[in-house]
Amino acid sequence: MSEILLKIKDLIVEFPTRRGLLRAVDKVSFEISKGEVLGIVGESGAGKSLTGAAIIGLLEPPGRIGGGEIIFDGQRIDNLSDEEMRSLRGKRIAMIFQDPLTSLNPLYRIGEQLIETIQTHLSMDNKQARTRAIELLDEVGIPAPETRIDAYPHQFSGGMRQRVVIALALAGEPDLIIADEPTTALDVSVQAQIISLLKSLCKERGTAIMLITHDMGVIAETADRMAVMYSGQIAEIGKTYDLIRNPKHPYSVGLMSSIPAIKGDVKRLVQIPGSMPRLNNIPKGCSFNPRCEKVFEPCYVKRSPLIEVGNSSVACWLYDEEYKRVKAK
Amino acid sequence: MLAFAIRRMFQSIIVLLVVGLVAFSMFNFVGDPVDSMLGQERTDADVERVRIQLGLDQPFPVQYYKFLQGAVKGDFGISYRQGRPVSQIIAERLPATLELAFVSAVLAIIFGVALGIFTAIRRNGWAANTIMSLSLIGVSLPTFLIGILLIYIFAVELGWLSSFGRGDVVDLGWWRTGFLTKSGLLAIILPAITLGLYQMTLIMRIVRAEMLEVLRTDYIKFARARGLSKRAVNFGHALKNTMVPVITVTGMQIGSIIAFAIITETVFQWPGVGLLFINAIRFVDIPIMAAYLMLISVMFVSINLIVDLLYFAIDPRLRLDKTKG
Repeated sequence: MSEILLKIKDLIVEFPTRRGLLRAVDKVSFEISKGEVLGIVGESGAGKSLTGAAIIGLLEPPGRIGGGEIIFDGQRIDNLSDEEMRSLRGKRIAMIFQDPLTSLNPLYRIGEQLIETIQTHLSMDNKQARTRAIELLDEVGIPAPETRIDAYPHQFSGGMRQRVVIALALAGEPDLIIADEPTTALDVSVQAQIISLLKSLCKERGTAIMLITHDMGVIAETADRMAVMYSGQIAEIGKTYDLIRNPKHPYSVGLMSSIPAIKGDVKRLVQIPGSMPRLNNIPKGCSFNPRCEKVFEPCYVKRSPLIEVGNSSVACWLYDEEYKRVKAK
Repeated sequence: MLAFAIRRMFQSIIVLLVVGLVAFSMFNFVGDPVDSMLGQERTDADVERVRIQLGLDQPFPVQYYKFLQGAVKGDFGISYRQGRPVSQIIAERLPATLELAFVSAVLAIIFGVALGIFTAIRRNGWAANTIMSLSLIGVSLPTFLIGILLIYIFAVELGWLSSFGRGDVVDLGWWRTGFLTKSGLLAIILPAITLGLYQMTLIMRIVRAEMLEVLRTDYIKFARARGLSKRAVNFGHALKNTMVPVITVTGMQIGSIIAFAIITETVFQWPGVGLLFINAIRFVDIPIMAAYLMLISVMFVSINLIVDLLYFAIDPRLRLDKTKG
């Protein structure tokens, strides 16, 4: 696609513990272009949310960036001071969290929270900011925004609150929104509305989205490209269409076949046996090796680098030319 | 909200009636006031005459009823010892106690909240850890010991502050204040610190605990993600949310500041109602004791009422009578 907005290179997020360092995100690299939607899927604990938190500089201590680079719009941001990072947050990079019921401060009117955010990032007086806040509420589909702006969060339903949260995220006119499971806490009927709203608003503005979720349906509908994460690493990354139609990494294959198909024969759903390894017990070599059907010798020795296969990149020795030749013999 | 306030008023009145009953009946067991009034040289006829004069010959319910009848009008009878109306004696003494309680409450709240916020935000810094350790002293040392220590250091050794009394007071007609003279202001420092130290450490610990809780919530994370300044996040968003439980405890503490002033007033010979009460116990001066207990319970009850109303001011979720969305 077009110009690169965010580039992450070998990002490591680690937690110092009494028994040494735990790596929750282990050398993750990817790029997001301007206006692109990148979906990130994976099980709970795969490091998706931590990657997002690391980008926006909101890792909860003792978690910290242990290595790698985060380059945003040509500028390295992983080593910025608190204050410099704060000026990026909300203004250039915004974040939406999972639970809209708890994302808004219950003691302030939503208008107060919007105006406060707008005035932090744009130089507007109270009246202008209020007008802008009403516009934003209107854009995210809150009915009667002129009166609802003075309501408190508890006077909104979950879906409406997530719309307010989106309005708040858009208030600083960011270039990138990190949406961390934005629909998980919502009713299924509302999920689709929120996702399509987020997508259309970002498309109008040319805002890129990093969409973190474990919902393959959401990714399939929304993302231009997607990355599959497994125990802190990227297993496969590529165009959403390719990845869903033709997954290459055995883990992605397992993920895709665990989604029920609406058309076609009703088959038993396939599940991947076992569970993701704990951080203090990651197997040597490829971390997926205990659960992998196609495991062979090199998998126990070393983890595969990302290998380009067609339009995708896959971290699996199955696609390594040399091993392919060895296996063919 | 008005209905709520009225309901609470009714509850408060019932509480006061019960307190009155308990206090009043208790005094039948603390000793015979007639003994201490008449002294050694007395005849049975004297005793009988004084009993009738004080109304002590009447059955208990009648005595209680008469007490209530007077109490509603602010008339608590005549002090056995001083021979003056109790309400007058208390009115003279109350300003001293209220001024002391006010200063120590203000100190406790200002320092308690400020230190609580500080120790929560810098929770791993050495300064915060030192303050937390020191606060254990404030929580565990008994009030009288703190008072005596302060007297020893600042009055005896350093000689900076006086160790007893209120200093010079200015009579405003209905209120005698120590705030308007230098000696009055100097005199209030030590007792106010003594009285407020425990409350301060308590408020500080609660503010800290609540603040740490709130700082972990999603809306604080989201406020940070929106790029708000540290100050706006910590003081605008986090502090307001910590206030509800803090106000509860603070309210209760202000009640106990007034009640526990007894000890501080004794240590510093502070001429307030607490000291009056202690002296009244010694002489079995029942009207003063009863009036004091009623006064303290009225204060407790009204502070609680104010606290409940403050919740409404702070938390919009409680204002149910507003239109729902």
